Amino acid sequence: MHLIADHISHRFGALDVLDDVSFQVASGEVVAIVGPSGCGKSTLLSILGGLLRPTQGAAKLRGAPPADSLNPLTFVFQDFALLPWCSVEENVAFPLEHVAMSQGERRAIIDDALRRTGLVDFRGAWPKQLSGGMRQRVGIARALAVRPAILLMDEPLSALDSQTRELLMEDFVRLLADGAMGAVYVTHNLEEAVRLADRIVVLSRRPGRVRETVTIPMTRGERGAVDARGKLFSLQNDLWSLIREEAIDAEREVLHA
Amino acid sequence: MPSARFFMLERPAQDTRSDASEAPRPVAFRGEGFTPRAGRHSGWIALAAVIALWQLADSAGWINPLFLPPPSAIAMAMWKLATSGALWQHVYWSVMRIGSGWIIGTIAGIIVGFAIGLSTLARSVGITFISALFPIPKIALLPLLILWLGIGEEPKIATIALGVFFSTAISVYSGVDAVPRNLIRMAQSFNVPFHAIVRRVIWPGALPSILAGFRITASVALLLVVSAEMIGAQWGIGAFVLQAGNLMQTDQLLAGVVILSLFGLAVGKLINMLEARLLHWR
Repeated sequence: MHLIADHISHRFGALDVLDDVSFQVASGEVVAIVGPSGCGKSTLLSILGGLLRPTQGAAKLRGAPPADSLNPLTFVFQDFALLPWCSVEENVAFPLEHVAMSQGERRAIIDDALRRTGLVDFRGAWPKQLSGGMRQRVGIARALAVRPAILLMDEPLSALDSQTRELLMEDFVRLLADGAMGAVYVTHNLEEAVRLADRIVVLSRRPGRVRETVTIPMTRGERGAVDARGKLFSLQNDLWSLIREEAIDAEREVLHA
Repeated sequence: MPSARFFMLERPAQDTRSDASEAPRPVAFRGEGFTPRAGRHSGWIALAAVIALWQLADSAGWINPLFLPPPSAIAMAMWKLATSGALWQHVYWSVMRIGSGWIIGTIAGIIVGFAIGLSTLARSVGITFISALFPIPKIALLPLLILWLGIGEEPKIATIALGVFFSTAISVYSGVDAVPRNLIRMAQSFNVPFHAIVRRVIWPGALPSILAGFRITASVALLLVVSAEMIGAQWGIGAFVLQAGNLMQTDQLLAGVVILSLFGLAVGKLINMLEARLLHWR
């Protein structure tokens, strides 16, 4: 299943946020979206996931999702969006509550999602008892439970400390390793983008336009090697030089707003 | 030569010197206060002290018992009322009126509050009506309600229900508005149906505000039942307090006031228990 951003433009009142953004996410592909603050990255993700109607253009799908996918386009949120009145297990089970399936099948899916995210021992815990990293793991387990074709990740690590970010990044690499799931990964962190993405879509400052699309010339497996670090760092610097001037302009714009 | 920009950061050398022979002194603590805590027993001790002082003032003849009877006289009046059975009659009628009015007002308030919280049409119409009618003292409508509903229990119950309804509706739609939008978006992103979002996301999310509203509406109901019973009832704590006042039986009057206070405390305790049970996740 391919996800297509087809000439998407969006405006909030008098504010143009996105301008004619087009790209595709192929099956199993990870596409990162980077750009200066306020360039419309999260807005674009909401449009791609059907949570926001674009002013112009459309988010489209081509091809059928995997037969067992219960929610082909599934979000992982920056602020985790866990139900505080539900335990870890209930949060993971939440998207399955309205899906017709046997109790045994539901139990198996939940157990599998908890196991894949290392949450088996925390199934009875409440969100308030968990660290930020563990909360995001619950968000990921909930997403995995519906077997998505494409994960829509909105700065999923930005609310976490650097060590937790590193650990979760390793989890993402592992979860996306087999190519069964694609992802759109919105981030302002270029290191995350080059570690995880197959392609990086660089947006300009507001209104966000596709300024450049950068393909990472390595598999995710290769990127873990020590000798790949220099190359990744160089890529990161290239990306930063693309964004830097506009990031400065965007920051000034925010400060003067 | 320092640049003009960093000039303020320059310090004379002697300001940063420290004498190695000088004994280190502790940093002064400046974080005192602004963290009040309720003592576990101090409130009850203070209450007991006030009652003892009150009793002492009466025994010493500092207070005229007709104007302020001693706590012992009030306790005796309550005992007599309880043993004669009159207390239970009065309490029964008040509880029946409060219970009926509160339940009707609460159910209606929850329905209307949710409608305002979830529907554009209901919000446009409902908020205007509630803003216009909420400030009216509901007891002022009792004569009109008597005219409409007769002189039985209905107008008293309707007065309480009206008072409860507006506060409940406001706390419910405020609670619905306060449910984090990201949770609703999350549920929508998983294609959770509307009714399930209301039941599993909005209802529990609005519950803290709804229960806080219950605390207010319990007080409103108590206030209105006493007022309504003072205007037109033979039985009920309000009627009893009024009769005692008319006969200058101040011990009985204050016995009625103590019963109202105990009733308020019991309702508060009940709501605390509800909160502990339903909002344990906070």
